[in-house]
Amino acid sequence: MPTIHYILKDGSRRSVDAKAGSSVMENAINGNVRGIDAECGGSCACATCHVYVDDAFIDRLPSADEMEGELLDAVAAERLPGSRLSCQLTMTAELDGLTVRVPETQS
Amino acid sequence: MANAPPLVIVGASYAGVQLAASARELGFAERIVIVGDEVHAPYQRPPLSKGLLNGKTSVDQLQLRGPGFFEQNRIELRLGRRAESLDAGARSLRLDDGAALDYGWLALATGARCRPFTLPGAQLDGVLKLRTLDDALRVAHAAERTQRACVIGGGFIGLEVAAALRSRGAAVSVIEAQPHLLARALPPAMSAYVANAHRRRGVALLTGRGVRALQGDRGRVAAVELDDGRRIDCDLVVLGIGVLPNDGLARQAGIAVDNGIVVDMLGRSSAPRVLAAGDVASMALPPAPGAPARLRLESIQSANDGAKALASLIAGREQPCTAVPWFWSDQFELKFQMAGLAAPGDELVLRGDMDSDRFSVFHLRQGTLVAAQSVNRPAEHMLSRKLIGARARAGASQLADDSFDLKSLVPKMPEALAA
Repeated sequence: MPTIHYILKDGSRRSVDAKAGSSVMENAINGNVRGIDAECGGSCACATCHVYVDDAFIDRLPSADEMEGELLDAVAAERLPGSRLSCQLTMTAELDGLTVRVPETQS
Repeated sequence: MANAPPLVIVGASYAGVQLAASARELGFAERIVIVGDEVHAPYQRPPLSKGLLNGKTSVDQLQLRGPGFFEQNRIELRLGRRAESLDAGARSLRLDDGAALDYGWLALATGARCRPFTLPGAQLDGVLKLRTLDDALRVAHAAERTQRACVIGGGFIGLEVAAALRSRGAAVSVIEAQPHLLARALPPAMSAYVANAHRRRGVALLTGRGVRALQGDRGRVAAVELDDGRRIDCDLVVLGIGVLPNDGLARQAGIAVDNGIVVDMLGRSSAPRVLAAGDVASMALPPAPGAPARLRLESIQSANDGAKALASLIAGREQPCTAVPWFWSDQFELKFQMAGLAAPGDELVLRGDMDSDRFSVFHLRQGTLVAAQSVNRPAEHMLSRKLIGARARAGASQLADDSFDLKSLVPKMPEALAA
């Protein structure tokens, strides 16, 4: 199973074994990762599952579609080059080791 | 120190779970017990009328929190248990297994139930309601085989179900007693847009029409009979006729109820130490021109934000709920997002083109932005929430101009606050 590393607000790291095909957001909920609110449950409607993808992985992810791109304009924390909505990131075996940082705030 | 009586929460959905989670985050250290009458672990509800029906979401994706969450946070779950009676004077709750729970705080997050449907034929096979996970699994099962479905009720749930069934290829009719769809939630122009969006995708809409009876064939539903005598053949009926608050426990205990349990902005009911949040609560609103004194909202946002206010009270860090209400609905490829509280008489401003399926309708009241409905414009929705919360002033011509930067309407905050 591919592993996702979440870097939390306090700088600590949580690693979660992900099921291929599940989203980075779902794995955060299942793993009780703090700081990913996902108020809408993953329907790309609320921008509260914002994460910063580690530089090494930014180009390995499919780019954000129009809806996600618009929502990223509206995230509560600063939008950075690695900003993504974790509900839109699907895990694959190739993404093993994906590292994402949780932002300061989601709302 | 002797053990203080626990926080007891009745209801194991969004409001109940959020209250327990937020109470722990704010440092509440006493026991927390959640009583829920369904046997399932707390689950997400939006997909029940959307992804679960069109096959995009599976049951194992629905859990509201991860497996270890409740244990890690010392939250006791008593599932499949119903609260039978409340003695608010003695601060004691009795469950259906005879157990008595004395509480330090009691939170009623009992939600709502489907409005009863009592017309002839209501008991036929193939007549389904949709509220719980078990309900949704029955509808999802039926969705796989239906050829012709009737949805009774043109509200959000009804329209989402209609969209999901239509997307699977079924012939779908929606029957709505009011002359317009979503008439209470949307202004006429938006309502007309929604109707058109469904008609274009092949949904038959019968508005301003009541149902007289459901007709059966060997115990199974075969048609809906309208009040004008027309007969709509179908093999499935899904009811989307609204919900009623589960306020029976509060009523029985003599707690003030008026279309839901009456609570203030911290969730306090008329009985000491008894709180309410979520679909069952009619919560006080911050005073604003044209806004009601309080409102019972049926939304995840209201459940979550209300529960956070309750948690702040319990933890001794009072933060009344002043959140801007918001809500969303997915129908076909259309993402509807609504913010704020609209009222008749608001000045309406359209931004974008309805024909493009990407636009927002803004509501101005005396020059202040009070509500917005967006279709496939999520960033405008998010920004609207911010602007409504800040009571931002806006000009109709600015809002209507697609090239005008809405961010410039955010009121400037003093630097100390902006940090």
